[in-house]
Formats: sequence, C-alpha cells, structure tokens
Amino acid sequence: MLRLVNSPPKLETLLFSTHVSAGFPSPADDHIEGKLDLNEHLVRRPAATFFVRASGESMRDAGIFNGDLLIIDRSVTPQLGDIVLAILDGELTVKRLKKADGVWHLAAENKNYPSIPIGEGDCAFWGVVTYTIHQHCGR
Amino acid sequence: MAIFALVDCNNFYASCERLFQPHLRGRPVVILSNNDGCVIARSDEAKSLGILMGTPAFKIRQLIKAHDIAVCSSNYALYGDISERVMRVLGESAPNQEIYSIDECFLDLDRLSVPNLTQWCRNLRHQTMQWTGIPVSIGIGPTKTLAKLANRLAKKSVRESGVLNFMDDPIRIDTALRETSIGDVWGIGRRWTQKLEERGIHTAHDFANAPDAWVRQCMGVVGLRTVHELRGIACHALADQPAPKQTTCYTRTFGTAIYDKMQIQDAVTCFTEQAAAKLRKTGQVAGAVQLFIQTDPFARNVPKKSVSGLTTLDRPTSNTRAIATAVTQIFDRIWQDGYGWRKAGVHLFDLSAPDQIAPSLLDVIETPNDSLMKAVDHINTRYGRGAARMGFASKNAAWQMQQAHVSPRFTTKWAEIPAVRMM
Repeated sequence: MLRLVNSPPKLETLLFSTHVSAGFPSPADDHIEGKLDLNEHLVRRPAATFFVRASGESMRDAGIFNGDLLIIDRSVTPQLGDIVLAILDGELTVKRLKKADGVWHLAAENKNYPSIPIGEGDCAFWGVVTYTIHQHCGR
Repeated sequence: MAIFALVDCNNFYASCERLFQPHLRGRPVVILSNNDGCVIARSDEAKSLGILMGTPAFKIRQLIKAHDIAVCSSNYALYGDISERVMRVLGESAPNQEIYSIDECFLDLDRLSVPNLTQWCRNLRHQTMQWTGIPVSIGIGPTKTLAKLANRLAKKSVRESGVLNFMDDPIRIDTALRETSIGDVWGIGRRWTQKLEERGIHTAHDFANAPDAWVRQCMGVVGLRTVHELRGIACHALADQPAPKQTTCYTRTFGTAIYDKMQIQDAVTCFTEQAAAKLRKTGQVAGAVQLFIQTDPFARNVPKKSVSGLTTLDRPTSNTRAIATAVTQIFDRIWQDGYGWRKAGVHLFDLSAPDQIAPSLLDVIETPNDSLMKAVDHINTRYGRGAARMGFASKNAAWQMQQAHVSPRFTTKWAEIPAVRMM
C-alpha cells in the first residue's frame, strides 16, 4: 500500500507538553509543533495523487528531465497552460496543454518534438502534473 | 426513513490493470487467480465473450488467442492500494461508511441533507472516477438489501448511467423486484435459491410477498429479515466496524505438482506463518487449526486425493510456533506418499479476542512470545514478506506462486512506478 506518511517519528518525542514540572523549562517549549512533512507540502489529496517516472527529453524546456519524478494530482481539472499526463494512442505521455489558432494542442517543450492537435486520434487526460522532483546530486 | 447507498466498483481488478496500461482499454481483459489457475475477474468485453468466473486458464487458451484477450496475473499490491483510495474518496464524502469488500462499500446517507440525492450520487461517481480512475455504480434504497438490488440494476442499465435511486419511488421498487430473480437477492445463496424455487418463489417480488409465518418457519429470522428488507423495512444497520472475522485462512496452489514430503512441509509451514500473521493483525487468537492438502482436480491420468485434519490448540493463541507445531502434527498424521500434491491450505478457527477467554485455573495466561512475533511482523512489514521466517521454512521452493503475467506494483514500490515516455 502506498503510505504517504510511513511511520510517524516515534523515537523523537517532539510534541511534548509543558506541564512536566521537573527540570528546566525550555523557552522553546511553546514553539515545538512537529517536523515538516514533505508529503503535506507535495501531496494535497493522497487518494488522487500518483507518482510516475519521466523518460525522454521532450519536456526539457519546462524543466522536466529524463529520470525525474513527477507528482500527478488527478483531482485537479486540467486548464490551458497546465502540464498534463495524457493518453496518446494507448500510451501515457507528458505534454503542456496549449491553444493555437483556436485549436487545443498537447505541446512538447522542446523544439525537436511536435505539438499534437487534440482531436486527432485517441487522446484522453490522465491527470495534472503538480510537481517535478529532480535530483541534483547523485551520491 | 433510512437511506443506504451501495457503491460497487465496475470490474474492479480489470479497471485497476487498465489505469496505468491504457492499451488495455477496450480490449477484453481477464485476471487469473494466484498461480495463474482460474479466471477470477473479467472486463465487460471478456464477459461478453462468454468467459465465466472460475474457468481454468488452460480451457480458454484458444479463445485468448482468437480474441487477443489480455491475461493478467492477480496483483493484490495494486488492487489493495487502489481500493484504499476509492474507499477514502467515498468515505470522506458520506457521513458514514461500511467497507464491505475490496470493491464495495455501503454509505449511510440518512443525515446527508441534499436537495437532489440522485444528482449528489452522480457527482460522487464522477469524482471517484476522476480522482482514482475507477468507474463505480451506485444503488440507493431504504434498506441495504434494496440498495444492493438497485446497484445491480444500475450496473446493468445503460439508461441509469451508473446511479439508480429507489427512494420515494415505490413503483420503481415494485418493477425492480419483479425483474430480479430470487438467486440474485443479497443473502440468498444457491441452496436457498433451489428450495425457494421448488416452492414457487422465482423473483424477489414473490419472496417479498410471501407470508411472514411461512418464511420464518422455513428460513428462520435471517430469511424473515431479508423479506422485510425487500419490503423497505430496514433490519440491517450500517456496521461502523467490520465484525471480527470468525475464520482466517491461507490457501495456495503450488507451481507444479509436488511429491516430496519435505517440500510440502516447507510450504505448509510458510502458509502457517502467513495465516498466523493475518490473525495477529486483527488482534485475535485461534482455538483450532485445520490443514488440508490436495492433488490437482483437473489433472488427467493421475491419482486424485484430498486429505485434511483439524486439531484444537492447547490454549487459544496467535503464536506462529504454537500453531506450526500443531500443523506439523496434523501434517505427519495425514501425509500420504505417492501423490502429486498441488494445493494446500491452513485455516484458523474459533477466533476470539484474547480478553474474551476465561483462563482455567491451571492456565498460564498466554503472552505468546509476543515480542518475538511482533519483531517478526515488523521485519516483514518493513523489508517485505518472508524476510524473517521460522527456522524450518525455505526460500524459492517449487511451490511458490506462478505469476507469469503480473503487472508492476505501480503505486506501492518506487522501483515499479509507471514510466512515462515523453515523445
């Protein structure tokens, strides 16, 4: 199962109470609220959020590189300008949703790749790409 | 008046397989049981080709080729995760939810005051589809039995577009009861279907109009409840928590027929570990254990055999070692040389919560090596099933599952998330 918060940090008791009278009262007591959880930041609706791995160069100019991790939120309804995961001819692919001369396009972000007008062939939306996670240091 | 909705995923396993494999859309899809034995799920296209549930895979080999049917091994890691997502979307929308199986749940919509219930359910259906990619059907009725019946018709009828509402519509209920055969009523099994049909009751409508006294006499209070529910009188409430299961089991078919006693014993021990871990997960203990082994019922020209044994445990326990000792005793007792064994199963019975047991005077109240078992469960949760095993079980044995067509665990393993080609 996908558990977005794997296990709460049990070893570090961060949410302690200030009622403990023994010892020296820390001035930080009132301010410790818990650790920052990236899931909270990146995954707004866990039931609708999926992860996929990008492969290829066609979205390079949008900052999506080969091997990047993409976060997809299906609960977001696609709008003009969104980067979307779409089904093209039975395959999942990533494109930007654009409009040119009144026609919607699934556009690549790399001049070496074509834009595909929507309506030609089999096309459907899968979800909206909300974040890209790119690794800068491989060690 | 109570308002129940039954939400059921359409062809759930096939829908899960299609989610990340769009090329399977529109194509007939079948899902095979563990070990690729029998058909356990079908897409609509596969259903209309006449493939029945439970058909052994080898019997439809020709059909698979002729119609380009996609064959998938069951991928419970995927189905379980998608199920959790669907249930979450539904559970967060409704005031109260009872998860009934991996792909259905009841919703209690009594306290939900919306102007148009049918429209609300249509929106919920749309939201579930958008968020999770899984199509669902919704039946709404004043009782759980009628909600279930409405769901069945919603799924069958194109006109209802996935939502059928019985509330405040007695004419529609009446028509539906007349169109539903008695065997398709919730809670009426095959045995009762036959008996009721012998007595002239063929439809849900016949049953709903049978005299109370007669039903009570034939079928007891359980049958009477079903009759009342068909008449719109709610007898079953929404269970907030699923009732503790009365039995748990672990049954698998081996990859090939096995003749060797040691190998089977290995498998049986492994199954015992799994069954005991399941039991610990629900916080229960078992009072009895049953073991069965059997040969391939479909094999030709080989001797067929099925043997089983049951024993009660000295005291109710969930400890793997205590249960495995009992299973080994049964195994030694029922083992027979000369057969190609193909299937084995461990069933745990007489389940209870540890605090429900009255200890006898001489009993040491069991804290069954709790820390050891907890450590084993913890390791297996963290590092994968089978990472920590009892000393006598072996790895990569011949009995392990055959899963030739299993799809990746798209949503539960980082190494297996879908790759998206940017063309």
